[in-house]
Amino acid sequence: MNELTKRERMAMSRSEMPARPADERNSDFGEVNLGFTAGLAVLEAQRCLMCRRPVCIEGCPVGVQITEFIDLVAAGDFGEAAKVIKRDNSLPAICGRVCPQEDQCEGACVLAKKGKPIAIGALERFVADFEREHDLMHAEPTAIRTGKSVAIVGSGPAGLACATDLAKLGHDVTVFEALHELGGVLSYGIPEFRLPKEIVAAEVEQLELLGVRFVTNAVIGMMDTIDDLLDEEGFDAVFIGVGAGLPRFPNVPGENLIGVYSANEFLTRINLMKAYQVGSDTPIFDVTGKAVAVFGGGNTAMDAIRTSLRLGASTATLVYRRSREEMPARHEEVEHAEEEGVGFQMLTAPLAFLGDNDGFLTGMRLQAMQLGEPDESGRRRPVPVPGAVTTKDVDMVVIAIGNAPNPLLAKTAPDLEHTRWGTLLADATTGRTSKRGVFAGGDIVTGGATVILAMGAGRTAAASIDEFLRTDDWERSVQ
Amino acid sequence: MFTILESRDLAPSIRYLRVAAPKIARRRKAGQFVIVRVDGDGERIPLTIADSDSTEGWIALVVQGVGKTTKAINLLEAGDSLSDVAGPLGMPSRIDEVGTAVVIGGGVGTAIAYPTAVALKEAGNHVISIIGAQTGAQIVLESEMEVACDEVYVTTDDGSVGYHGFVTGKLSELIDEGRQLDLVIAIGPIPMMKAVAEVTRPCAIDTIVSLNPIMVDGTGMCGGCRVVVGDETKFACVDGPEFDAHQVDFDLLERRNRAYATFEHQRDSDMQAAIDLQSAS
Repeated sequence: MNELTKRERMAMSRSEMPARPADERNSDFGEVNLGFTAGLAVLEAQRCLMCRRPVCIEGCPVGVQITEFIDLVAAGDFGEAAKVIKRDNSLPAICGRVCPQEDQCEGACVLAKKGKPIAIGALERFVADFEREHDLMHAEPTAIRTGKSVAIVGSGPAGLACATDLAKLGHDVTVFEALHELGGVLSYGIPEFRLPKEIVAAEVEQLELLGVRFVTNAVIGMMDTIDDLLDEEGFDAVFIGVGAGLPRFPNVPGENLIGVYSANEFLTRINLMKAYQVGSDTPIFDVTGKAVAVFGGGNTAMDAIRTSLRLGASTATLVYRRSREEMPARHEEVEHAEEEGVGFQMLTAPLAFLGDNDGFLTGMRLQAMQLGEPDESGRRRPVPVPGAVTTKDVDMVVIAIGNAPNPLLAKTAPDLEHTRWGTLLADATTGRTSKRGVFAGGDIVTGGATVILAMGAGRTAAASIDEFLRTDDWERSVQ
Repeated sequence: MFTILESRDLAPSIRYLRVAAPKIARRRKAGQFVIVRVDGDGERIPLTIADSDSTEGWIALVVQGVGKTTKAINLLEAGDSLSDVAGPLGMPSRIDEVGTAVVIGGGVGTAIAYPTAVALKEAGNHVISIIGAQTGAQIVLESEMEVACDEVYVTTDDGSVGYHGFVTGKLSELIDEGRQLDLVIAIGPIPMMKAVAEVTRPCAIDTIVSLNPIMVDGTGMCGGCRVVVGDETKFACVDGPEFDAHQVDFDLLERRNRAYATFEHQRDSDMQAAIDLQSAS
């Protein structure tokens, strides 16, 4: 279809994602990225070299047929392109926005070596948005019903991906969510300016059209246990995708002062409970004209610090104990944060938080760090610079240094084996746990990771669940 | 949606509601709570389950109208509904046969203490309850406690009913009389629980309190409900809500519960103005 020669395609430059001006977007919660226009999308798609062995697909945790969909975009057939993506990825409008493409498909792209990989993420997002905005999403339940039923615990990325594949295979799927809204981290964690909630809702709606049933306010473990689901409710299999939702704190004096939030609490108040909206019933610390610091270097830290700017903070400082190169956040998020006015204080760790007599945070004592020998993660370990301690005024602090697995479910299912870190033991290639009929995937197995890796785990488990339901063979040899 | 089956006043601004929630009723044990949202835009608040019936499929909540959401709940009648009820959450009360147990309820705390008193009695204990309030009209569940417990003492700050003074005064009397008390469970306002802890500390009586910090999700995810117990930070929603009273940092809890005092004051007066306007028209 693409009539340009390889040389002509190689000569084209990469189209960049248009974004709203930083000084406009940093005071509201509207989406930052604007997405490709149809013209930009076609232009970008035409650059694709259509490799015979597309390494980009190998870089995708869910195996989206990237070259096939890009070829359709180049031809202007966006609706068909969306169908191709959806064969492997049920949440493309979400993944197009939050996947770390630079480490996955785009990182693998042969043009990445020249510094201009195909903007696969932006194209995925464009195609998904085009489909939704032109009302072309028409999920239909499959005609074949297997009569088997699967309970999915958690409506985050792992659960939604697992639910989609199982529903398409004709199984009856029920998703249980502990909160009052669906989407898990997509709803409570990722802010509106990066992932509008109407997009999450639209993708969930597609699953409802596929026949997936959703039950909110269902705290599995406390309400029904895993055994209840299997024995009393009659589910033939259970998938656990409850995420890693137990916030870590640095364990320093003063971390329980008022004004010190976990990222989970801060972001949940904002994203799920809409505390930023005038008249919201849920309160949030008033940071108008105040100094905010966020500790951490991941995407969650970026989300928190950029949110604080939007709430009116006069200064917003990201404090990270390693250097900028080691920050796990996506480059795009770091750049966006910097453009919006976030200050970066690298190689710094908290020693203590200081407060007034009423228990409100007023300051922080910080320790300068330097990089020593590499640790088990391969990154150089930060070690304190002797005597380099400073004190700084601060009105609100958000701790975004990661999550531990939430033990709530595991405590009520003692026959599920877990690691000493509290993550559930599940086979990486099948998602099978130590308990017959129970599968797991996503952050509860791997520890805090990404949306797309959780989705990949959900899909892997779905295939294995399907096989188990068809064969009733649990002790299947791992392939 | 969770339908309200019954709604009635127990005392001024304290309401008893029975809510259809079969799945929660089936699992719920004394000491556990639910997270409730009234409507689509509402906040999530924790409420201890006061009673339940697994056969009929309901749970009971006793709600004191102090803030916007609790006041809104107390305006609901049978046939109305709550948009969200999630639970049961938290660790159940530890119910052992210890000998003599004193269950202390302050104000609306009596409603929360009631199921624990029932469970302790069923476990074979001699159960004494001390229920206190500012004034006689605010005493709740006295007759229910009479049925459930071996001894019931009512205390009022103004002396209008029963013992004139605080629950701690009555508790000290029992101790001074030389009664063998093996366990004290105190549920009520923070100053009351703190005072009870100080009364039992010198005699080393095991004392349990049920804490009520600010919560959002109630499943351990947000960490907003962190309390310090014996120099260790705990999440009240999953590690509690009941803790060893002699280990709890009550001052920290009291300060943290005032985190949004300004916000709540403004919101509550807006709410009151809206109610006044409605009743005037």
